[in-house]
Amino acid sequence: MGYFDGFLVTLKQIFSDRVTSEYPKEKRPKPLRHHGRHVLNRYEDGMEKCIGCELCAGVCPARCIYVRGADNPPEAPVSPGERWGFVYEINYLRCIHCDLCVEACPTEAITESKLFEFSFTNREDAIYTRSELLVGDDGKPKKLPWEDWRGGDDDHTSAWMRATSPNGQAAYEGRVQWSGELGYGVRAPEAGQSGDPELAPPTDVEATAKGPLYAGSDTAPGERASDHRHVEAS
Amino acid sequence: MSGDPLFAGGVDWVVVAFVVVKALIGFTIVMVGVIFMIWFERKVIADMQNRIGPNRAGRWGLAQTLADGIKLIFKEDLWPDKADKPVFRLAPYLSVAPAFLTFTIVPIGGVFSGGNDGAVELFGRRTWLQVADPPVGVLFLLAMSSIAVYGIMLAGWSSGSKYPLLGSVRASAQMVSYEAALGLSVVAVVLLSGSLSTHDIVAAQAGSILDWNVIATAGVPFAIFCVAATAELNRPPFDLVEAEQELVGGFHTEYSSIRFGMFYLAEFMNTITMSAIIVTLFLGGPAGPVLFGPPLIWGILWFTLKVLVFLFTFVWLRATLPRYRYDQLMDLGWKRLIPLALGWLLVIGAQRIGLDRGWDRFVTGAASLVVLTLAAVALFGAIRVAERRRQSDQFGEVVA
Repeated sequence: MGYFDGFLVTLKQIFSDRVTSEYPKEKRPKPLRHHGRHVLNRYEDGMEKCIGCELCAGVCPARCIYVRGADNPPEAPVSPGERWGFVYEINYLRCIHCDLCVEACPTEAITESKLFEFSFTNREDAIYTRSELLVGDDGKPKKLPWEDWRGGDDDHTSAWMRATSPNGQAAYEGRVQWSGELGYGVRAPEAGQSGDPELAPPTDVEATAKGPLYAGSDTAPGERASDHRHVEAS
Repeated sequence: MSGDPLFAGGVDWVVVAFVVVKALIGFTIVMVGVIFMIWFERKVIADMQNRIGPNRAGRWGLAQTLADGIKLIFKEDLWPDKADKPVFRLAPYLSVAPAFLTFTIVPIGGVFSGGNDGAVELFGRRTWLQVADPPVGVLFLLAMSSIAVYGIMLAGWSSGSKYPLLGSVRASAQMVSYEAALGLSVVAVVLLSGSLSTHDIVAAQAGSILDWNVIATAGVPFAIFCVAATAELNRPPFDLVEAEQELVGGFHTEYSSIRFGMFYLAEFMNTITMSAIIVTLFLGGPAGPVLFGPPLIWGILWFTLKVLVFLFTFVWLRATLPRYRYDQLMDLGWKRLIPLALGWLLVIGAQRIGLDRGWDRFVTGAASLVVLTLAAVALFGAIRVAERRRQSDQFGEVVA
């Protein structure tokens, strides 16, 4: 056909799938480690994880976090530590969702949910306070009226933690290095980051707790054990 | 054949009422057609680009055009400081009016086969299903498409701004160029049907499909007319007038509000009108098989279907073809379409004379085709020689 091939190409597109979706009605699946609105986590017994150390506020490049710590009241402690964050505010007009606060937090108190569609209409709503950020008694984030939560947005709120490890060492991949969460307990590591989930390192909590990770391993620090296996397999 | 039987018994108030109602109905058809054509174009082009297209206003986005129109009416009406205000205001109307006036000469239905003259009987009067049937029908079509150039040219000129001016200069050059090819390809049709009236042209094609002008003229004038009509409409791939990438928006850059809406309306009205004209001139208008029921309904149905095919094709062209370069556009118009239309006109003219004189059909056809081929070779040879000479004039000294 020569000159007319192009017409066939455009005609065929009518019957092929659409690349766009009807956005507000249906949403695309979000990545597991999507950086969305923050949550303040609690331990399984309901204690808050935040100890008011202000490391998140210090590391924040947008200066959007304001924390003030206070000594725990001895008769009714809020957190298991010495202090607790009695003021915790995030200004979402400033937040750039870089996740540095999550990485800085020593107690995994602050993590991010997958929610990014929250259209507040005034500055007061834009500043989330401690009570709004704190997870509810079921361990799920609180859902504010202007937030558009869809199924699955409130799962995996600590996904980053479970993807690598709280200390950021890649060699700790797949090892449970995190504390339990209210409503979930100690969550399993995110599997399959190095490819095949079968090849991921064992997730034995006790083994990890006993000694240095590298002992007895032929894998150099910083290298992924599974990388070697992967090469052999292929 | 005489004119519309409506006027046979003199003009009384019933006849006047008939004409007014017919004009209103015709206008309504075109306006509703435009509303759906804009929606249709946006949906089909979205389909061809793997998108969804308008789907918010009304079911399947059907009310999208209406929403856009209402929005345009309420927008601020701006004009540039340097605009020539009376002309600036006049131009959109000059664009819309010819688009509708051309549609008035299109017979949208009627039974032409079996000795019928396409008239329908209503309230004791017989009339044709077209708003008007001027004896100069085809000339009227060409005249109106010339007036449409004024709308665009004056819009660009009166804006007092550079891009609209450039766009309108392109537009008028393009439209004037392609009008020649358009006219010459219609002459072939007029030659066959022996009349300028659109009603008579349709009546002459009423027999079998072999009587349709697209086949009776061996397709060449049809192809030329389609290409020239696309250029005349300033639709892709000949949309140099608007050429967003180069000219912002072309002649209507400085227009806003409903004045812009008028140009938009005119563009789509012209698309519908031109499709209807192609169907009328080449594809027998409402001609088609009657399967069951009243033949009148089938005539309107076939006409609508044929027009829809062309409307779809215009959208398809837009989705598929990239824009022509300006010199390619002029080359195609002047060096290919016009000589071809002229040559084919001579071939058909020879056939008609041969019919009168009783010459052998095939000998006449073969002889005229040979002459046409020789002329084509001579023409393209001359064009090539001229191009080479111009190039050596330009670069000769530098090379030497």
